[in-house]
Amino acid sequence: MENVQIKFILNGEAVEVSAPPSLTLLKLLREKLGLTGSKPGCERGECGACTVLLDGDPVNSCLVLAPQVEGREVITIEGISDGEKLDPIQEAFISESAVQCGYCTPGMIISAKALLNRNPSPSRDEIKRAISGNLCRCTGYTKIIKAIEVCSASGAAVEE
Amino acid sequence: MQFEYTKAASIEEALDLLAAGGGEAKVIAGGTDLLVNIQEGLESPPALIDIGGIADLKGIEEKDGIIELGSLVTHAEVLGSELLREKAPVLVSACSEVGAVQIRYRATIGGNIATASPSGDTVPAFYVLGARVAIRGGEGEREIAIEDFFTGVKRTVLEPGELIVKIRFPGMPESARSFFKKLGQRKALAIAKVSVAGYLDFKDGLVEEARIALGAVATTVIRAEKAEEALKGKELSDEVIEEAGRLTTEASKAITDIRSNAEYRDEMAGLLLTRGLKDILKSLI
Ligand SMILES: Cc1cc2nc3c(=O)[nH]c(=O)nc-3n(C[C@H](O)[C@H](O)[C@H](O)COP(=O)(O)OP(=O)(O)OC[C@H]3O[C@@H](n4cnc5c(N)ncnc54)[C@H](O)[C@@H]3O)c2cc1C
Ligand code: FES
Ligand code: FES
Repeated sequence: MENVQIKFILNGEAVEVSAPPSLTLLKLLREKLGLTGSKPGCERGECGACTVLLDGDPVNSCLVLAPQVEGREVITIEGISDGEKLDPIQEAFISESAVQCGYCTPGMIISAKALLNRNPSPSRDEIKRAISGNLCRCTGYTKIIKAIEVCSASGAAVEE
Repeated sequence: MQFEYTKAASIEEALDLLAAGGGEAKVIAGGTDLLVNIQEGLESPPALIDIGGIADLKGIEEKDGIIELGSLVTHAEVLGSELLREKAPVLVSACSEVGAVQIRYRATIGGNIATASPSGDTVPAFYVLGARVAIRGGEGEREIAIEDFFTGVKRTVLEPGELIVKIRFPGMPESARSFFKKLGQRKALAIAKVSVAGYLDFKDGLVEEARIALGAVATTVIRAEKAEEALKGKELSDEVIEEAGRLTTEASKAITDIRSNAEYRDEMAGLLLTRGLKDILKSLI
């Protein structure tokens, strides 16, 4: 099968790669572009470990084909911090100890980020819905939800 | 996974590519069914035609009271539509039950229909809305009622070389009420064990029109016609609701499989209906 040329914006920078069209975005990121933050879990849309932002929307990168991102913008966990400076949602996951083994964390953070971008003060129910496609096998959901609350505008208000 | 991949820029190009593929090429929309099937080895099409970029297959519009959805409309777009929240709340409610957030941003209503799973969440909603499916093939466009589209589990009247282009249905009048209820293993990411969509229109306090569709209890989504008849011309009351629930359980033709057993599903179909009707009763007061 012939490779195809794919041009897209990855974490703010234009990239061009050649890949077989049947490669998933997840594999493109991990195996061709060296970004291993997005995790392979089930590779069938059920666990959310591979979640990235596609034109701002959270999607499972295991269910997107590499050529489907042509001309579009992809943001991965590697792209949400500013160099060494972590995003507030990453800071909140650390301060609230919302990480155990850490395997689900990149996907969780991307889902949380997608939520907070659209809805800076989500209710607890809205938070639960937003991460319902992200499984944590260490079942640390309580702390994950707390971290998102702390980071949200409403959470910040509660903290004070 | 191994396949040829071509992006179609227009409906015509997609139809040409399908014709050239000789019945073996498949279209990919959101890919949430197809890529899982390919990864699990359930199907292995030699060529995929990506229809995701075709502008004529997108968008939500209303013309002369008829709402028209492009086949590429995603479940997330349905949830975000002010028009659909007002005039097709049963569809919005069904789409909110599909998968989880990440799935809803990719998965399309055209894909949900074409996949022809008896547990597809949008299908019962489209049944009670009286939706029609517009199909394009080499011979031009044809339109058929959604109830005539399915012929069995994963089987439809769609010929190789045909595309679903639009789904059309009348917007609900203000006098109408609807609901969608789903029973799954858990709240998110669960395929329905049973689902029920209901639509009632009222005139002078009496039920003028009643439509009930049941998902996951037969080889295709089915209507519960006797229950519908039992509601028509009546004033909605606890007794009328109980009777409709009993007739819905009777109409349910569930089988036992890995997700649930037949008797439980039949019972639940009736129970979900009564819950939905009770919500409607409350909303009338
Ligand atoms: C984790 C997970 C959870 C899920 N949960 C649910 C759920 O709760 N409820 C539910 O109903 N579904 C669920 N699904 C199934 C799936 O997401 C839906 O059926 C979805 O709407 C399919 O749309 P798609 O655009 O992704 O289809 P695709 O995978 O792109 O296509 C599916 C099939 O339809 C054909 N097709 C697509 N578009 C057209 C068209 N316009 N014309 C002709 N043929 C076409 C394709 O060739 C393919 O055979 C789930 C899937 C996953 C992976
Ligand atoms: S690896 Fe993509 S959802 Fe599990
Ligand atoms: S922290 Fe281990 S899977 Fe979530």
